[in-house]
Amino acid sequence: MIKHFLKDFKERFIEGVLFLSSTTTSILVVLIVVYLFKEGVGIFNRTPVAEGSELLVSAANKVNKLTADEVRKIFEQEFTKWNQVGGSDAEIELFRLDDITNYYTDEQLGENFENMPHCIDTILMQHPNMIAFVSKQYVLPNGRACKVSIDKIAVKQVMLGNRWYPTASPVVELGIWPLLLGTIWVSIGAILLALPFGLAAAIYMAEIADSRIRKILKPLIELLAGIPSVVYGFFGLVVMVPIIQQTFNLDVGQSALAGSIILGIMALPTIITISEDAIRNTPRAMREASLALGANHWQTIVRVVLPYSVSGITAAVILGIGRAIGETMAVLMVTGNAAVVPTSFLQPVRTIPATIAAELGEAPFGGIHFQALFFLGCMLFLLTFIINVIVEMLAPKKLKR
Amino acid sequence: MILNKVEAQDLHLWYGDFYALKGINFSIKKNTVAALIGPSGCGKSTFLRVFNRMNDLIDNVSIKGQALIDGKNIYGKELRVDELRKRVGMVFQKPNPFPKSIFENVAFGLRVNGIKHKTYIEERVEKSLQQAALWNEVKDKLNKSAFELSGGQQQRLCIARALAIEPQILLMDEPASALDPISTAKIEDLIYELKQEYTILIVTHNMQQASRVSDTTAFFYLGELIEHDNTKKIFTAPDKMQTQNYVTGRFG
Repeated sequence: MIKHFLKDFKERFIEGVLFLSSTTTSILVVLIVVYLFKEGVGIFNRTPVAEGSELLVSAANKVNKLTADEVRKIFEQEFTKWNQVGGSDAEIELFRLDDITNYYTDEQLGENFENMPHCIDTILMQHPNMIAFVSKQYVLPNGRACKVSIDKIAVKQVMLGNRWYPTASPVVELGIWPLLLGTIWVSIGAILLALPFGLAAAIYMAEIADSRIRKILKPLIELLAGIPSVVYGFFGLVVMVPIIQQTFNLDVGQSALAGSIILGIMALPTIITISEDAIRNTPRAMREASLALGANHWQTIVRVVLPYSVSGITAAVILGIGRAIGETMAVLMVTGNAAVVPTSFLQPVRTIPATIAAELGEAPFGGIHFQALFFLGCMLFLLTFIINVIVEMLAPKKLKR
Repeated sequence: MILNKVEAQDLHLWYGDFYALKGINFSIKKNTVAALIGPSGCGKSTFLRVFNRMNDLIDNVSIKGQALIDGKNIYGKELRVDELRKRVGMVFQKPNPFPKSIFENVAFGLRVNGIKHKTYIEERVEKSLQQAALWNEVKDKLNKSAFELSGGQQQRLCIARALAIEPQILLMDEPASALDPISTAKIEDLIYELKQEYTILIVTHNMQQASRVSDTTAFFYLGELIEHDNTKKIFTAPDKMQTQNYVTGRFG
């Protein structure tokens, strides 16, 4: 009786442990995704003014609302008159914190700059056409100067913006378009390079190689998947980049092409293994039917086996892209990381993962830059998620046959 | 003297260590239907596949003796396997259309033979589908996928596919075993029609079918050809006791 009870209890206990571990895993995954999106979407609740800073104008100025783009143009002196932003005819005077010494001496500012807020407020009183970019701590509470209100960061600005300057001042620019395009370019390039080689290797291994050669080749190709990505990156930087630089006579060899080649090599094992499985899964009856009609081996491969396994091969390609999109280290090392919209494979590009890896360390926790990087993470997650959904949609089609 | 269309002389076949065919002597004349019967694993399908060298696809197969078509050894060095298979069509146990349109399924054999003439291909496809008694059912949907057809239609499509390249011999490996009685009857009628132009070898587990469609019947048992004679004789007065027992359903 007790024995039975103990046995029952033991089984229940093990079930409990299994249930707990699976639940914890699922909850953990959900939590990570929720955290990612919470931080990432938070970016749209903020104004693009650089962290801890404020823009002030004189109370006499009737312009007290500007867009981020106008602020940038004002401080880059592209706009020099207030009427360009809807104000009076006057010239715009710029004031940055460093300029304070033009107006006050160190003694006047005090030993610990304790008079600074007051001084700035006074300067703005005296210069009605001035716009000042100062730290928040130097804004005089209840001062006479007027804070410039700036619209919150807009989705369109981020998604389609061409400029990625997350630490610029006075306003940050968070256009992820060049990064998104950089990621897609490098990944598509990688697939275009890897697909012909991968498919050729898969066909050779599944259809032509005898079992002895296959036994050597297969582990070798699987070994490719085991090489750490930093090693690929190192190889790329030391070998590929100089070759590309010399071949195309470029100033720098770090380019989208270098990234595509390295990612292509890294995607090869995925593409080869999955395509080979798909090709091998072509029913024997299909091959026999083709051969019995007088088709030779090659005709059978091209006309029957490949069309039959096309959905498996597509899945392989998409998984390969998925791997390429998320790859960080190797890409970071060989693509040159210039955040510009790519126009040629020989230009440096910057991908989303490389951006996150390179910039997260210097982004202050909870700041705009930090949140912008999380938003990049969300985009990357969505890209790979879409890819996984596509693979899922292709898989049942394969089973139905 | 009328030459034997299909012939085997002291044919032995091994799958690795397994002795599958043990010295078969067999022959049939042109434009006849021979049924191969026997219990599962007796070697009848293997024997069928000797004549289009489908056994070549399996590793470790070794063959001794001769298999002849029109008096020529088909395992000779000078013979090209794909040429042989163009002369010897095959229909498999389960319908196995390609994942292509109905038209492309039938045209497949022509295309792999390098035929590009469009109207000729269209003519052959129509003729073959008519021969396979499928034309009226599919003529309006030739571009639809072959998978949209029923099992019986798919099997007739496979027959049409085999006929399109105008073989002389047709090998059928239990062509009706996966089909319902109505589809089976259609296939049997078809075999009767096809006899006018082709020499047919058909493997079947169905005694009635063998007696209905064939001119001669060969009984295989454990890799040996026990008896091969006129179908009527095999089913009414066979020479061997084993044959008698099998065809009357006492074993097997």
